[in-house]
Amino acid sequence: MLLFVNAAITATGQREFHSTAREQRLSLDFLHAYLLGNYRDLYAATLALDINDHNAALMVRNLLATAAEATAAQRRTEGRLIARRLDLLPPQRVYRLFGELRRARTNNRRTRAIMRDWLAARPDPALDAVKYRGALKRAARHAHLPLDGELGAFLFRSHRKAVRFDTPLLDSWRRAHYDTTAIYDLPYTVAEGFAAAHRIDRAAFLERIEPRLTRLERLRLQESAARLKAGAVAADLTRMPLTRLASYTLGLSLDDRAARRAELTGALRAAARRAAGDQAGRWGRVVAVLDDSFSAYGSGHKRRRPLAVALAAHHLLEVLAADYAPLWLSGRSDALLLHPHGPTPLGDRILAGLERAPDRLVIVSDGRDNAPPGLAAEVLRIWRTRLDPDRRVSVVHLNPVYDAAGFDVRRLAPTVPTAGIRDAEDLPALVELAQFAEGRTGLAELRAHLSRRIDRFLGEAA
Amino acid sequence: MSIDLTGLTARPSQVWGGVRLVPLVRDEPVPGLRLAPETYDEGLGVVQVGPRAAYVSYIPHAFVLNFGAGPEAVYGTHLDQPGESRPPGRARLRFHRRMARRVDKDRLRFLPLHLALEGYLALHFGGPATRWQEWSDRAIRNGLSPRCEESYTGAAVQGLDEALRVFEIHPGQCGVLVYAADALATAFVVPHPDDYRVLHDTLLLDLFGELIYHYALLSAPVPAFGARIDDAGVRTLADLRARAAAQTAAWTDFHDGVMSRGLLAGEYTHQHVHEVGEFRLSRFLPSFARGRENHLGEIVTDGAGRAAYLKTYRLSEQQVRRGHLLAALARNDWHVEDTAAELGTDAAQLGLRLERAGFGSLIRQDVMDGYRARVRRGR
Repeated sequence: MLLFVNAAITATGQREFHSTAREQRLSLDFLHAYLLGNYRDLYAATLALDINDHNAALMVRNLLATAAEATAAQRRTEGRLIARRLDLLPPQRVYRLFGELRRARTNNRRTRAIMRDWLAARPDPALDAVKYRGALKRAARHAHLPLDGELGAFLFRSHRKAVRFDTPLLDSWRRAHYDTTAIYDLPYTVAEGFAAAHRIDRAAFLERIEPRLTRLERLRLQESAARLKAGAVAADLTRMPLTRLASYTLGLSLDDRAARRAELTGALRAAARRAAGDQAGRWGRVVAVLDDSFSAYGSGHKRRRPLAVALAAHHLLEVLAADYAPLWLSGRSDALLLHPHGPTPLGDRILAGLERAPDRLVIVSDGRDNAPPGLAAEVLRIWRTRLDPDRRVSVVHLNPVYDAAGFDVRRLAPTVPTAGIRDAEDLPALVELAQFAEGRTGLAELRAHLSRRIDRFLGEAA
Repeated sequence: MSIDLTGLTARPSQVWGGVRLVPLVRDEPVPGLRLAPETYDEGLGVVQVGPRAAYVSYIPHAFVLNFGAGPEAVYGTHLDQPGESRPPGRARLRFHRRMARRVDKDRLRFLPLHLALEGYLALHFGGPATRWQEWSDRAIRNGLSPRCEESYTGAAVQGLDEALRVFEIHPGQCGVLVYAADALATAFVVPHPDDYRVLHDTLLLDLFGELIYHYALLSAPVPAFGARIDDAGVRTLADLRARAAAQTAAWTDFHDGVMSRGLLAGEYTHQHVHEVGEFRLSRFLPSFARGRENHLGEIVTDGAGRAAYLKTYRLSEQQVRRGHLLAALARNDWHVEDTAAELGTDAAQLGLRLERAGFGSLIRQDVMDGYRARVRRGR
């Protein structure tokens, strides 16, 4: 079960450093099928945990596709869990999920009801209709949804036949087909297509669309806009989430990072302080062993993701700890100028960390210990059995990479709890959970814990 | 003479499937010598060895030896003058006049492995010293038949591409030993870590013998030599650290003493090719002792005889047997009776052995028929 939770947190079905996207998907699908077949209630309960969006969508799909196998009580809980989870998912994920349900020919009453309720709760149907036109159209068709007002005409009739819409956004979309000023009223993703069709200069387009950008679009476009000298697109870095910001920082060249040192470090620290909340400074003496070996590059799909998680964790721990010391595997000390390079001498670094006699040792690594292999496991084993049997120092391993062959994140040693991590923001919760998990084995206890989590999860909605 | 890898330390191996890569790390780069690849667009090159003999082989890249202004000369300075290293013309088939030649006054271009392979193939093929009776008329009339050996590029070796991709290059790494199913496939050493980083992927373009190809194809995953620490008597962290350090040293000893022994302990015949400054480029041939590891390759040594550049190619058992026969023939001045006596057999048996090894055309048809008849009668 914990294995599944780890998988559901880390795995995204994308290519990793050590395995292909196909291997990842195959492995993940197996885990889902296994848990759904054998422990349906636990499987559904996982929706209440901090799993990633890819797995959440996959679980919703699997639960809805096999609704006939569930008992009435299970269905009720599942229905509430799914509804709550869909509220939390980004809309594009939900629309994609609806598309997948359509492709899988899942069209039971419950699926239709869930789609109806979710769409009814959308704050701005007109925006959805413009931004996700195709997806909304397919969803409406699949679930036989009545569309109110002009939406039906907007979605299903050709824009050439429409005279005009009363809703301003819909009308802008219609006019954007021939009027280049109208496209700047549309969301960026839609406007981009029109801009290309009208052959509008990219720099000019970015300059004018800037007020319509969302926060993350702004972050994503900042560099390419700067290259085009469209200065208006400037993200407020201090408001970005921590791991995103770390990814963005690592995407810059080393020279850029050095030149913008104060700005980037300030933004990272601010984001870390926000993520830490009231826990700041309450963790005592912390030593972190952080992986910046070559494998932290990740893959073309998840570029530098493991390293970004490590960098974000570095800043978060700095805020959480009263006294903090980072140990990067490469031996570098400047966290801003990191790049993935070199082997993974985890054993050596863990020893160095333990020598500093911390209260907590946090290891962020993909667990591929190779210089020499297995030394980390030996060090941790002897540390636990010989040198620190009373567990004065709590050691936690956080792993950002799902190992497809092992159906879990890779562990360092049996004596040290390992938890999957996707966003560094979850680090405090994961560390608590992992410590909790160390002594926990009973299924009954696990169910009790999960039912508490479900209550809390559903309670947030009320 | 033997191969001297002084200055290079073996670090813990990294394993991927049946392929094991052992990094070799230098404390100090070799001063005065830099390498850079000169990749050709056309995959197929033809090397002209002599006036008429040409053999076709796959040459994806050649190397430029750069005798720079010192160890500080970075790789970038070489890129400033690319025109000189480009051979003129871009014909689809590129004729390399000889395998090692000067490009300009402080550079020497040579084709890795081909030098050594040529050495193997041309072993004593300068022609027999005496024009003995059995020397085929055909050889004199037509020149030598194409001397070719079967080799596989690294890309064809199962799992090598993945192993190289996920390999984490050590700081200061100047070389690698590639093992397939724990049989040493190739040793690759360069003078400078930056050169290694550039050339790491070119291992995929190198040649591997059919032995390595099959080993890699059929091998089960090889075990990682994991650290094992005996916890009895560990009282403090300092104890633990000492034992952890001992693990690393133990691996280096084990590797140098056991795993790479076949390469380092072998006896080699060197053939001097070229010399610039204190560096000398030579190719070497193994002893062709049967049942043992036989590596051939090319090496650039510095003044003290230490390897600055090294690339080896492992011969398969089949190739070793052929080399063994040729070496024995050459030792005895291409005299069949004498060679047979040295090998403890008679001329007819030796003739059949030569034929089985693929050298049947060296012997005139009527002589070969006579050998066959003698062996048949003898049975």
